Amino acid sequence: MNQQIYDLQRAMRARREAALKRGVIAVLDIGTSKVVCLVLQFVPEEVGEGAETRTVLRQGAFRVIGAAITRSRGISFGEITSMDECERAVRTAVQGAQKMANLRLDHVLVSFSGGKPRSYGVTGEVAVANGAVAETDIGHVLAACDYPDYGDDRDPIHAMPVNFCLDQRSGLTNPRGQIGNQLEVDMHLVTVGSTPMRNILHCIRRCDLELAGLISTPYASALASLVEDEQELGAACIDIGAGISGISLFVRKQMIYTDSIRMGGSHITSDISQGLQISMQDAERLKTMHGGLIATGIDDRDMIELPSALGDWDHNRRQISRSELIGVMRPRVEEILEGVRARLDASGFEHLPSQQIVLTGGTAQIPGMDTVASHILGRQCRIGKPLRVQGLPQSASGTAFSAPVGLAIHVSEPHDECWDFELPADRQGARKVVRALRWFKENW
Amino acid sequence: MRPVKNRRRDPAPSRLRYRATRLWLRPGFRRLVNVGVPMIAGLAASWTLMAEFDLAGSVSRIWNDTRAAIVERPQFVISSMDIPGVSEDLAEQIRVAAFVRLPANSLEVDVNQVRERVESLDAVERASVRAHANGVLEIRAIERLPVVVWRSMTGLQLLDHNGVRVAEVDSRLRRPDLPLIAGAGAAAHVPQALRLLDGAQPLHDRIRGLVRVGERRWDLVLDRDQIIQLPEEDPLSALRRVMALHAAEDLLDRDVVAIDLRNPERPMLRLSEFAESELVRLRMIALGEDA
Repeated sequence: MNQQIYDLQRAMRARREAALKRGVIAVLDIGTSKVVCLVLQFVPEEVGEGAETRTVLRQGAFRVIGAAITRSRGISFGEITSMDECERAVRTAVQGAQKMANLRLDHVLVSFSGGKPRSYGVTGEVAVANGAVAETDIGHVLAACDYPDYGDDRDPIHAMPVNFCLDQRSGLTNPRGQIGNQLEVDMHLVTVGSTPMRNILHCIRRCDLELAGLISTPYASALASLVEDEQELGAACIDIGAGISGISLFVRKQMIYTDSIRMGGSHITSDISQGLQISMQDAERLKTMHGGLIATGIDDRDMIELPSALGDWDHNRRQISRSELIGVMRPRVEEILEGVRARLDASGFEHLPSQQIVLTGGTAQIPGMDTVASHILGRQCRIGKPLRVQGLPQSASGTAFSAPVGLAIHVSEPHDECWDFELPADRQGARKVVRALRWFKENW
Repeated sequence: MRPVKNRRRDPAPSRLRYRATRLWLRPGFRRLVNVGVPMIAGLAASWTLMAEFDLAGSVSRIWNDTRAAIVERPQFVISSMDIPGVSEDLAEQIRVAAFVRLPANSLEVDVNQVRERVESLDAVERASVRAHANGVLEIRAIERLPVVVWRSMTGLQLLDHNGVRVAEVDSRLRRPDLPLIAGAGAAAHVPQALRLLDGAQPLHDRIRGLVRVGERRWDLVLDRDQIIQLPEEDPLSALRRVMALHAAEDLLDRDVVAIDLRNPERPMLRLSEFAESELVRLRMIALGEDA
């Protein structure tokens, strides 16, 4: 297996550390319906006494000092369809956030929902070198994982060690410093399509920004909307966005599975637009103002004036009842949720100790969504708003903002990923001087 | 009819505008533009003006002309110096020390410096200098009056009542009217010396002087080499005791070499050798009669 696959992520990790040292980092959620840019300011804390002090970041020690939201353009299904348009949308969001923060943004952390993410569980096994497990042993075991053949057109986006096993003792999250002989690891590898990912990288580069990390959107949403118990005991986060509905499974505070279906709120809008023969903008407005999923008797009498495309108010007036609108919306929502159910069944969700389902994302705001989801998914569901973050404007605290808030939480407390560890010397590659130095470092 | 609407403006910043905004958000660049550019522009503009039109020359020329027109007015001329209330030779000294070349200009004469120069003279205790409108520079000086002559290691000096040097003299005979003090450190205790001399007023015509011994106490020296050794503390009352003894028993008229009052509780009397032998002889006679 090519050992240089994580070069991109290693470079991004270095940039993220530089940004954290500077104290300012931006997160950018490029979604199908909106682009959100948040500017985070970190307040590092001095730890230790005298000469031993070092600056560390406390969790939640960041503040949102700039936020900008703009309609996204040139994006469908979370992937860029028009580079120019997408670049304009990103520029608008970044400029707005810069203006609010009065700071120049250099490093951005981007969430990526497209590219058909696929999950793989891989395992590796290695003998512990010196009794106690050291940082290098973890690097060795992660490098010893046998990678599946995921195809040339895909790139890894996450490679997270979810479980360590030391001498048949499973369930360790952090084996550093423990005594043992044989170290095994279960790693969760997420790959996405190369082309959409590289498009995002290119778009960020065209905006003169430096990419400090690329995070899968379902993962970020889950970090923001799942509470700690749910992450620990097992939960699924379903982020129903405009173009993509992402699914991520968490247990023991690690993401173990992610998937997505290419359906979302914009399909509901286009259904309304086609079914009622109104423009997309009007359909979107109708959906957000009057939409619902459960029809009651009063909805038959609740008449909604349809906007007329031609504007001759006297001759061309149409009215529909709200239950008709619900009748248009509900099948599509059911279709989405059935897709989600199929993916959850395939993922082995029913084997988790607790099976909480949390719905988030913009489409989860439709009234009655939790009831419909409970019917279709067969479990109790709740609508998950993102965690409260200091400085976040009230307008950006709804379910639609799980992904940017999750990015912020991720950057304030990054999980271990494969590229956080040094590669062992024997797999380092061609540069001999670097190899020699590393050998010295490991053995002396 | 539906009105023809303008196309809505694109809210996205153009790439140029976006880059300019980002450049402007660099603190260093902003400082450069806000501070550096105006400063450089101002410097360049003034440099060009100066070089082009010889502005510096004309500015300094106008300045000099204006200044000359003001300075040379007759109201500002000092034509004479008035030093009232001091002796003639001190006035001459002050005139030299003031170092004002007449006719001078009252804008250019620094009266404070003149005052300092005058006060640096030994014989001047305090001075005040004023330039009057009628062209007179008035220097009022308070002369230091010598009260004692001090014979020190370096020579004879006249001291005022604070012990400050007034002048040097080459001979004691120049000021026979002043009392004499001697010894190292005597200058610092002139007021005490004056009080002692005042206390010894009855012996006025016999006093030769006061000697400071070991920089700590006084000896009063009379003629016939009689010495009254005074204590370190409260010498005046000790002296009064001697004066009282003298008034009662003419002590100092007798053949006494020294009266030692250094320890006031044990005053001692030193007789001359002749007086001592006479005293012994007289006692032997008295004893012999008795034996």
